[in-house]
Amino acid sequence: MRGTYHFAFFDEGSKREIRRATLKAVAIPGYQVPFASREMPIARGWGTGGLQLTLSLIGTTDVLKVIDQGADESVNAINIKKLVKQTAGIEVTDSTAEATLIQSRHRIPEVPLTERQILILQVPLPEPLRKIEKSEYATQRLHADKQYSGAWLMLFEQIMKFGHMSTGADHPVMVHDRYVSAPSPIPKFDNPKMNHSHALILLGAGREKKIYAVPPYTKVVSLDFEDYPFRVESFEHKSCHLCGATGVYLDELHQPSTGEAYHQCNDTSYCLERLNGQVHA
Amino acid sequence: MAYVAVKGGTEAIEHAIERLKYERIRQGTILDVQHIEHGLRGLIDQVMSESSLYDETLAALAIKQSEGNPEEAVFLLRAYRSTLPRKHYSRVATTAQMDVERRISAAFKDIPGGQLLGATVDYMHRLLDFSLLEESLPELARWREQFEQQSSATAANASEFALHQLPRVIDLLRKEGLMASFPEHLGEPDDVTRESLQFPSTRSQRLQVLTRGQTGAVTALGYAVLRGYGALHPAVGELRVGQVPITINHPLDPAGEEEDAYYIGDIKLTEAEMLIPHTVVRPDGKNELEFVIGYGICYGQNETKAIAMGILDNALETPHPNFPPHDEEFVLYHIDCVEATGFISHLKMPHYVTFQSDLERVRHTKVEEGKEAP
Repeated sequence: MRGTYHFAFFDEGSKREIRRATLKAVAIPGYQVPFASREMPIARGWGTGGLQLTLSLIGTTDVLKVIDQGADESVNAINIKKLVKQTAGIEVTDSTAEATLIQSRHRIPEVPLTERQILILQVPLPEPLRKIEKSEYATQRLHADKQYSGAWLMLFEQIMKFGHMSTGADHPVMVHDRYVSAPSPIPKFDNPKMNHSHALILLGAGREKKIYAVPPYTKVVSLDFEDYPFRVESFEHKSCHLCGATGVYLDELHQPSTGEAYHQCNDTSYCLERLNGQVHA
Repeated sequence: MAYVAVKGGTEAIEHAIERLKYERIRQGTILDVQHIEHGLRGLIDQVMSESSLYDETLAALAIKQSEGNPEEAVFLLRAYRSTLPRKHYSRVATTAQMDVERRISAAFKDIPGGQLLGATVDYMHRLLDFSLLEESLPELARWREQFEQQSSATAANASEFALHQLPRVIDLLRKEGLMASFPEHLGEPDDVTRESLQFPSTRSQRLQVLTRGQTGAVTALGYAVLRGYGALHPAVGELRVGQVPITINHPLDPAGEEEDAYYIGDIKLTEAEMLIPHTVVRPDGKNELEFVIGYGICYGQNETKAIAMGILDNALETPHPNFPPHDEEFVLYHIDCVEATGFISHLKMPHYVTFQSDLERVRHTKVEEGKEAP
């Protein structure tokens, strides 16, 4: 009864099954492949889809980076790293450039990714049409028919109501001119990084039991209209108060004494590397 | 400096885990796993059923580790279950061979083999028994000996049927033609833990998701069907609790005969066969009523869950647009303990990035409104 756990937690049969679903996902960019998502030692909704991808792919020579909302030191990122380290004994890093596998929740790092890296995004709600159609049976049919008028209508209604598209994170994208997909709740700021990405991007939804992918050099377009073009979050005239970076995604913080807002790089390892003079903006 | 939760995560986690351990043991008592296994039958049964893992000792360990929190215990066992390779598949187990401990029918007063109340709280007055505060082991041992003598004497002059061969109540209805007969379906059932649920679902997928469902969730939705969000009012045709033998074939002879199979133990099950009147249209166009069944089964003794599952099984067989508990996606996607509690609890995770994005779009909307103002 007192067994030790297998390398990278899963038995090899389970890993193979996840990899088979992953290969199918790579072969059909943007299509959500169902898989028999396992229960993990961390809770559903806390990155089990990403974790299953990571564990199925990781080998002894891999170097893993895990970020949560941009931060390597966020408690959930630490917790996931700890589990992978415990069961696979591999190297972990904070440096984006050093990592071979990057598991991330809701951000794509600022340092550009390369062909030798795989980015794994954790996805809470993989179905971009769920807001307009509650039934999974029905949304599968809409995808099969490439029937995306609901997604366009949703954006159109936002323009009618607010004068512009009011999506926050998770602005839907069209992958390879075929499937409308949820980029996972990355901010709009990161959507363009998916287009013709050098790295393979895998997206895993554990609770919803889906894997999908954006293979390297795949066309990814954020949905928009000619007269109402897609627009990322604006940090105009703002810069990081620590490293001075501009043109990156910034967190807004408030000075407790004055209540004044100031900004700081959301990607903590990028900020640190800039401060240490390791990267230049 | 403002609260910026980006550093110190490792240390914070370590301290939180230590704090949790402290809470578990701070009163100086070590809870014996054996005590849990022997004394918390109801909780053990519920946890095994929701975990889809039949092992009382592991369930007791999970309950100890989770300080008696069932959702956490189920979570531990499900995660452990993910690491177990499938070594054997059992032969088809049948509840016809159940060694019955309790069996009742609410549909018929007199059933072949009789009503057997067995161990039930149904007729207990729910009065707190303060004597349990001071039970003594020798006294209980005497009581137990006496009870065991008595019950073996009763068993000697029992009914015409052996307890592992009790006829089924629904067979009475079948004989009378009040219920349709179906050929036995012995095909391989689907397994949602190996291949994810797809819609429209198969019956075996539905039954599997229902039996793994969180007891409270299954009960609530089953109740909703009865109360008004459903179109059924079933009767308990038969409710059975007892041990069912599990056998496996020799690994080198997977298609072996029953007599060559190996008995590997019993599992305790609760089975509910719910009877529901159903209108059928005869070939001549006239309507007639017959009974259909709603089937519920779960590990251990958990009668409310088995009955509620029986209600939901039938509700899902008869989809109805006005009633959510008759909608397979509504029911099957939302009753799993690990999924529901996981996603609810994920809201506690930081959402800084998404919130920043929300903040930006809310502000943007305000600016637009400002512009439009005269």
